[in-house]
Amino acid sequence: MSELLTQPFLISLLFGAVTAGVPLLLAGLGEQISEKAGVLNIGIEGMMLFGAYTGFVAAYYSGSFWMGFLAGGLGGMLVASVVVLLCIRQGLNQIVIGIALTIGAEGLTALLHFFQFSKTYPRLDKAPVLEIPGLASIPVIGPALFSHNIVVYLAVGLVVFLGWLFRASYVGLNLEAAGAKPAALDAAGISVVATRSMAVLSTGFLAGLGGAYLANVGAGLFVPFMTHGAGFIGIVLAMLARGRPVWVLLGAILFGVSLAMTTALQVAGVNVPTDVVQMLPFAMVMLVLVIFARHSVLPPALGLPYVRGDR
Amino acid sequence: MKMDSLPSPLQSGEMIDTQTMSTAISTGAGGNPAPVAAVRHIGKRFPGVVANDDISLDFNAGEIHVLLGENGAGKSTLIGILAGMQQPDAGDILIDGAKVRLGSPRESLDHGIGTVFQHVLLVPSLTVIENLMLGGSWWQKLARSAALARFRELSDLLGVTLDADALVGKLSLGEQQQVEIMRALWRGEKILILDEPTSMLTPQGVKDLGEVMRRLRSKGVALILITHKLAEAYELGDRISVLRLGRSVGAIAPDERRVMTEQQVTDRVIAMMFGAATPTDAAAAELLVGRAEGRRARREVDRSGAPRLRVTQIATAADRGACPLHDVTFDLWPGEVLGVAGIDGNGQKHLAEALAGQRKITSGTVCLDGADITAAAVPVRRQAGIRYVTDERLGEGTVGAFSVATNLLLKEIGSAPFWRRGMTDWTRIHDHAREKIQDHDIRTPSEKTPIGKLSGGNIQKVLLARELANDAGVVIFNKPTYGLDLQNTRLAHERIVESAGHGLGTIVISTDLDELLEVSDRIGVMYQGRLVGIVENGPEVELAIGKLMTGQVSS
Repeated sequence: MSELLTQPFLISLLFGAVTAGVPLLLAGLGEQISEKAGVLNIGIEGMMLFGAYTGFVAAYYSGSFWMGFLAGGLGGMLVASVVVLLCIRQGLNQIVIGIALTIGAEGLTALLHFFQFSKTYPRLDKAPVLEIPGLASIPVIGPALFSHNIVVYLAVGLVVFLGWLFRASYVGLNLEAAGAKPAALDAAGISVVATRSMAVLSTGFLAGLGGAYLANVGAGLFVPFMTHGAGFIGIVLAMLARGRPVWVLLGAILFGVSLAMTTALQVAGVNVPTDVVQMLPFAMVMLVLVIFARHSVLPPALGLPYVRGDR
Repeated sequence: MKMDSLPSPLQSGEMIDTQTMSTAISTGAGGNPAPVAAVRHIGKRFPGVVANDDISLDFNAGEIHVLLGENGAGKSTLIGILAGMQQPDAGDILIDGAKVRLGSPRESLDHGIGTVFQHVLLVPSLTVIENLMLGGSWWQKLARSAALARFRELSDLLGVTLDADALVGKLSLGEQQQVEIMRALWRGEKILILDEPTSMLTPQGVKDLGEVMRRLRSKGVALILITHKLAEAYELGDRISVLRLGRSVGAIAPDERRVMTEQQVTDRVIAMMFGAATPTDAAAAELLVGRAEGRRARREVDRSGAPRLRVTQIATAADRGACPLHDVTFDLWPGEVLGVAGIDGNGQKHLAEALAGQRKITSGTVCLDGADITAAAVPVRRQAGIRYVTDERLGEGTVGAFSVATNLLLKEIGSAPFWRRGMTDWTRIHDHAREKIQDHDIRTPSEKTPIGKLSGGNIQKVLLARELANDAGVVIFNKPTYGLDLQNTRLAHERIVESAGHGLGTIVISTDLDELLEVSDRIGVMYQGRLVGIVENGPEVELAIGKLMTGQVSS
């Protein structure tokens, strides 16, 4: 095993873990916002995938990664607005709508991709990298952790920001109340529907951004079904994180490492069938669920539509 | 909470002062020229029901205005309208003489109307101060120090001591209510609405709440108290208004109220609530006032024979939250009503479930008519004649989405004559239901109506109709009248006593001591999972029971 722990292997593993972990982190943080507010956002997989598509298209035609990220976020929000309309305003079942949105986004993006790109398979250039001065020159750690696209640093910064937001702002209080006791929030004069809508739209933006990162930075191209359950892993992360963003970060690292194993093992020349290695993250999901799911604490009103006067 | 050291705002001089003041205002120009808030000709309809019909009321500063009425009288709708939760179909709301529209809870709060609802509306996972800060807008900075200042101000105003950083979920119901009152007063202490605030409180909690209300009255807050309990209305109310079937049917003004005795107030209110003083209403009146002694001729229970139910040293295993049983022993004779008193959470639920067969008994025995049924499952016990009327009417007792007819047969589903060879005989089921609806005066649009749409009182009637049918031998009631209005409470009590008269052994578990004094022959007291004593019901047993309830064991 010792020849495995070479520098190239470690760099490739850690770098890959970050690249694979960031979409999960964004999805997990997004889902956490929704769940805090009492919305079980199953459609997040669809939001990510749609964001990946719109993000790629925008980046491809405009030539700007920034436009790509923005369009990805907006694409995710577009899908999220369906959740707002149907689940939050009309009180329809969040799970049914979420599954429908995921399947719908899969079908739609695959179809659009087929017509637009199936003959050309265009690729984007390598995404710009921001090397953190000083830190980037540390051996192994530097190239692995401190020379990434700016979205990576933003995502990690978001963990800190959300930690603060949840704990020490009106937004945090309102989200908590919307998920734990929506009637209390309503009685305090804040609209539950508005609070939850904002939460779900934020989720959509973050999920879409995660999708755009996946397509534009991670892969450099869009492939149908490319999110591969990343949104669902985000749901798992959010559920296990007990409302703490830092736990989403730890979870994303864990899953990122197991996803990165695939390429890292290939770099190291270990001959394991790729199918087996690709199973790793999902085996990890099950393992994590078996170990930790007992301890997950979910908001009491999660998944329940709020109707004033009902208790 | 230490209230003793504070000057009582109800010293007679001060009270007369406030009242003559408001009388002076009110007699100024033919009625009330300047109430803080008023409703005029309020009307509100729901499909099939007129909830409010032409209601006009005044609410004055420094006055406690009691709204009395049965369930369905329209009190909650009126409160909903004042709190901005519902919009009236007709009529006006006046604040300081000006017409206002209360389109949302926020607008209501902005006009200084704070409401403490019947059900706790606090976020258990947030702290006291966080709950109070709820309601700030997005992106506003959390004004914690300002909030703490306001918190201390209101603590002084209410005369309560609460920890601002305590999690609300860990507070007692009485303390949670204090937080709710603070929240209601948070944006200005003008009008405070309390919707049946005492229904979940301990006797001490009720006393503390009364003190808080009087303090607020002396500071000039207009208080609106909604209650079922006449004694409370008399004790706290300056002005008493009675609602009946959505209409305002009468009121007692402060100057009248001041010169009336409790008996006179009671008689007047009863007359307004029930139309005329018929004999049944007189019974309701006694119930309202809550005088237990001598209300009912004591039945002689023949305890010379074998007991119907013999419970010997039973225990149950601890379960999260609920208090398990230890060493509970008692006998129950046919025709006897055994009351089980105790502060909520002292093992009553386990006792009920252990007897009903829904909870495993870890040691000890339960014998019914001499036969050991300790290990028998629910259907076997039911067959043997044990019936359980749960306190969770919707949920454990009935299935809300099922029809009344199905719920009446919930425990016989699949058995003859209503089900034969796997086929459902709907005609027979509906006939059976119509008969029960008739016998038990269940108010439902039809036997096919989902039971969840009925009021609590009618759901309870369905439960009683089901459980008291067919060869019941022992009936266990858990909080039989919790949440019911006076009429239905009285009916439930009558049913309990009547069925005991037919030779049933009856156990009534309740936290309402008045209820137990009303129906029981003997009263046992639960304390920390033990039955710490059983006393014969009679005059002045309250003291003995009170000592047992608080753990000063004397048995």
